[in-house]
Amino acid sequence: MSARDAILDGIRRNRPAGDFPLPEVPLFTPLVGEDLVVEFGERLQRMGGRVAEPGAGDVFAGVRERLDAAKVVASAVPELTGNRDLRGVRAPQEVEDVDVAVVRAVFGIAETGSVLFTQDQLIVNAVGYLAQHLVVLLDPADIVPNVQAAYRRPEFGRSAYAVLHTGPSATADIEGVLIHGAQGVRSLTVLLLPRGAAGRG
Amino acid sequence: MSVEDLNPREREGVIHPEVRAGHDESERAPDGRRLQHAEAASKPIRAPQTREPQPRGAKIRGDRPINQSEAAERFLAAPLHQAAHDERLWDLRKKRDASAHGVPEWEELRELASQIKTHTLSHLDRYLEQFEAAAKANGVHVHWAKDGADHNRIVLEILRSHGAKTLVKSKSMLTEECGFRHHMAANGIEVIETDLGERIQQLDNEEPSHVVAPAVHKTRMDVAEVFAKTLGTDPDNDDAHYLAESQRETTRPYILKADAGMTGCNFAIAETGTVVTCTNEGNADLSGNVPPLQIHSIGIEKIVPKVEHLGVFIRLLSRSALGSPITQYTSHFRAPRAGTEMHMVLVDNGRSERLGMEEFWTSLKCIRCGACMNTCPVYRRSGGLSYGATYSGPIGLIIDPTFNKRKYSTLPFSSTMNGSCTNVCPVKINIHEQIFAWRKVLVEEHQIPALKQGMMKAAGAVLSRPAAYRAAIGAADSALKVLPRFAVYNPLNTWGKKREMPDAPRQTFHAWYKQNRMKDTGR
Repeated sequence: MSARDAILDGIRRNRPAGDFPLPEVPLFTPLVGEDLVVEFGERLQRMGGRVAEPGAGDVFAGVRERLDAAKVVASAVPELTGNRDLRGVRAPQEVEDVDVAVVRAVFGIAETGSVLFTQDQLIVNAVGYLAQHLVVLLDPADIVPNVQAAYRRPEFGRSAYAVLHTGPSATADIEGVLIHGAQGVRSLTVLLLPRGAAGRG
Repeated sequence: MSVEDLNPREREGVIHPEVRAGHDESERAPDGRRLQHAEAASKPIRAPQTREPQPRGAKIRGDRPINQSEAAERFLAAPLHQAAHDERLWDLRKKRDASAHGVPEWEELRELASQIKTHTLSHLDRYLEQFEAAAKANGVHVHWAKDGADHNRIVLEILRSHGAKTLVKSKSMLTEECGFRHHMAANGIEVIETDLGERIQQLDNEEPSHVVAPAVHKTRMDVAEVFAKTLGTDPDNDDAHYLAESQRETTRPYILKADAGMTGCNFAIAETGTVVTCTNEGNADLSGNVPPLQIHSIGIEKIVPKVEHLGVFIRLLSRSALGSPITQYTSHFRAPRAGTEMHMVLVDNGRSERLGMEEFWTSLKCIRCGACMNTCPVYRRSGGLSYGATYSGPIGLIIDPTFNKRKYSTLPFSSTMNGSCTNVCPVKINIHEQIFAWRKVLVEEHQIPALKQGMMKAAGAVLSRPAAYRAAIGAADSALKVLPRFAVYNPLNTWGKKREMPDAPRQTFHAWYKQNRMKDTGR
C-alpha cells in the first residue's frame, strides 16, 4: 500500500466519531475606531513600521532621505523610477544588493498595521526580504478594518504567493532584546498615497 | 550612546554600518515609546554580567525513561539562567494576557478555533484529499510520508534529483521530530537554519528548547561564546544587536547560494492548497522565495478547511505566543514561481494513530504557540531541554508519550496540575486533564518508577476518602505551622525547593464551613 493510502486508511479507521459541524466565522466588530487611516498608522508604528504622508511638491519627500542614501533602488511602482528594473530580473538572487525597494500594497489592515502584497506587486517576491529597506505605497481607501475582513478578500485564493507584512523583520531571540533587521528588511515605511495620484518621479 | 562610545571592535567586522550607530536597549518608536512586538521584552531582560556555564539538557540513553527532574535540578542549580528564563517567559505570558484582554471576542475565538479543529480532524481524510487535489492543480508536487524516516527519504530524493547539495530552512518542529538535519548531514547535504534562535541551537549542537523561542534558555553570554567559536565573532562582545547582526551577515550568503529552501507549515488550507508560514524574522519567506527549489514539510494535522478560517487562527497565534497582534510576516505559498519547482510533503509520523486515542486526540489541535510553556511553573524553572524531547512543557507532556511511551513515561509527572496551560490554550486543549489521563495510563501499564507508583497509590487512597483527605490536610497545615525550617525545606519535600511554602490557614475551608454554615442551616 502506498504511504498515501496507508495514512488515509489510518485516519478513516481512527477518526473521532460524531457530527462536528464547521462553525460559521463572523466578521466581528472591528477592534479599531472609525478612522482606519489613523488606527492603521498607530498599529503599524507599534510593530516597528513608520507612516509617511506624501509631500505637496514631491510625494516622496517623506522618504527622500532614504532614497537619496540608496545606491540601488528597485521600484515596482509607476510613481517612481528606480535604477534597478525588477522586470528584467531572472533570478531572485540578483536583487541582493537592493538598498530600497518601493512596492504598492494591495490593501492594509487597521487591526494589525499589516499590508498585503502578492507576486504581482512584488514582481520579484524576494525583493520584499532581500532589500535593506522597504517603502510601501498604500491608498488610504484600501484599508480594511480587521484580519477577518482581510481573509474574505479574493487575493489569497488566486495568488501564487500572498504575504502580509507588518513592519520590518524583527527578532528577540537573544535575551528578549528587540532587534529590527533580522533576516528581512531593516525598515518599512508606508507612504499613504492614493492610486494614480502622482506622475512619474 | 554615540558611535564613539562603542568598543572599537564593535565598529568593525561583519556589523552593518546602520547597526554600528548607537541603539537603545529595546527599540523605540519615533515618539519614544518602547515597541512591543516580536516577543520583545517591555524592558530588556539582561542576565547579570557574571559568567555562569549554561546547564545542559536531559541525558538521553536510548529508550530509557528521561530523568526530567535530574536535568531540572541542574537548571535550578544555575541561578542566573533559571532566573532569566523564568522572567523572560513570564514576561511573554503577561504580554499574552494584555493582548488577549484587548480582544473582546477572545473566548469566542478560542471556541471557534477549537470547533474548526474538531471538525477538520474528524473529517481529516476528506480535507487532505481536497488539499492534495488543489495543490496538484496549482502545479505543486505532493508527497506523503508515513513517518520521519519516510519524510527524510522523500526530501533527500527530491534534492538528489536536482543535484542539490545545500538547503536553507526555517524553523520547523516537524523536521525536528524527523531528525531531519542529522539525516541530511549523514547524506552529504548541508542544512542551514535561518531563524536566529534555531541557528544558535544548530551551531551549539543542541535541540530547540521552546517551540517559538528555541534559544530562550541561553544568556547573551552563552550566545557570544557559541558565535565566537563558530562564526568567529568577538568573544568579549555580547551585545544582542552585534550578535544578531553577525548571524544575519553570515547566514545571508547561504540563503543566496542555497540549492533548495525548506519551510515548515503553520496552516495548510484545504480549499486552495496553500501553505501558510508565520515568522517575525522573514526567514521562512526567504527560504521559500530565493532558492530555485522549494519544499514545505506539513504535519497532516495543520489542515484548516478554508481561507476565511485563517482569520480566527492568525488572530490567536501571535497574541497567544508573544502578545503581538500578528507576526511580522504571514506568507501564503500556493503555487511555484515561474521556472521553479514546489514540493509539499504531508507527514503523518504517528498523527493518524493519535487520532484514534480517545483521551488524547484533541492534542492534534495544537497550533504550536508555546503559551502553555510560558505559563507553566515547571517549564519556566526547569528549561525546555530538561524534557529531553522535541516538544517540552505542558503540550510536550501529552504529545511525547504518543511517540514513545517508555522513553517519555516520566514526563506527565512534571506538572503541578495547576491548569494554567489549559486556561491559556488558544484552541482549548484540556492539557492538564490529558496530563492526568496519561498518568493513569502509565501507572496501569507499569511505565513509571516504583517510587512514583507508591506515591500515587497513597495519594489515591487519601483522595478517594473525604475523611482521610480532611485529616491529611489538617495534619499538613498544622505541621507547616510547627515544623522547624529544616523539616519543611529538605530534599524529600520537592515542593519546598526554590520556593517558600505558603502560610497555612488557621482553619481549613471545610472546617470553617462546618463551624459557621452547617450550624446555621441546622444540618
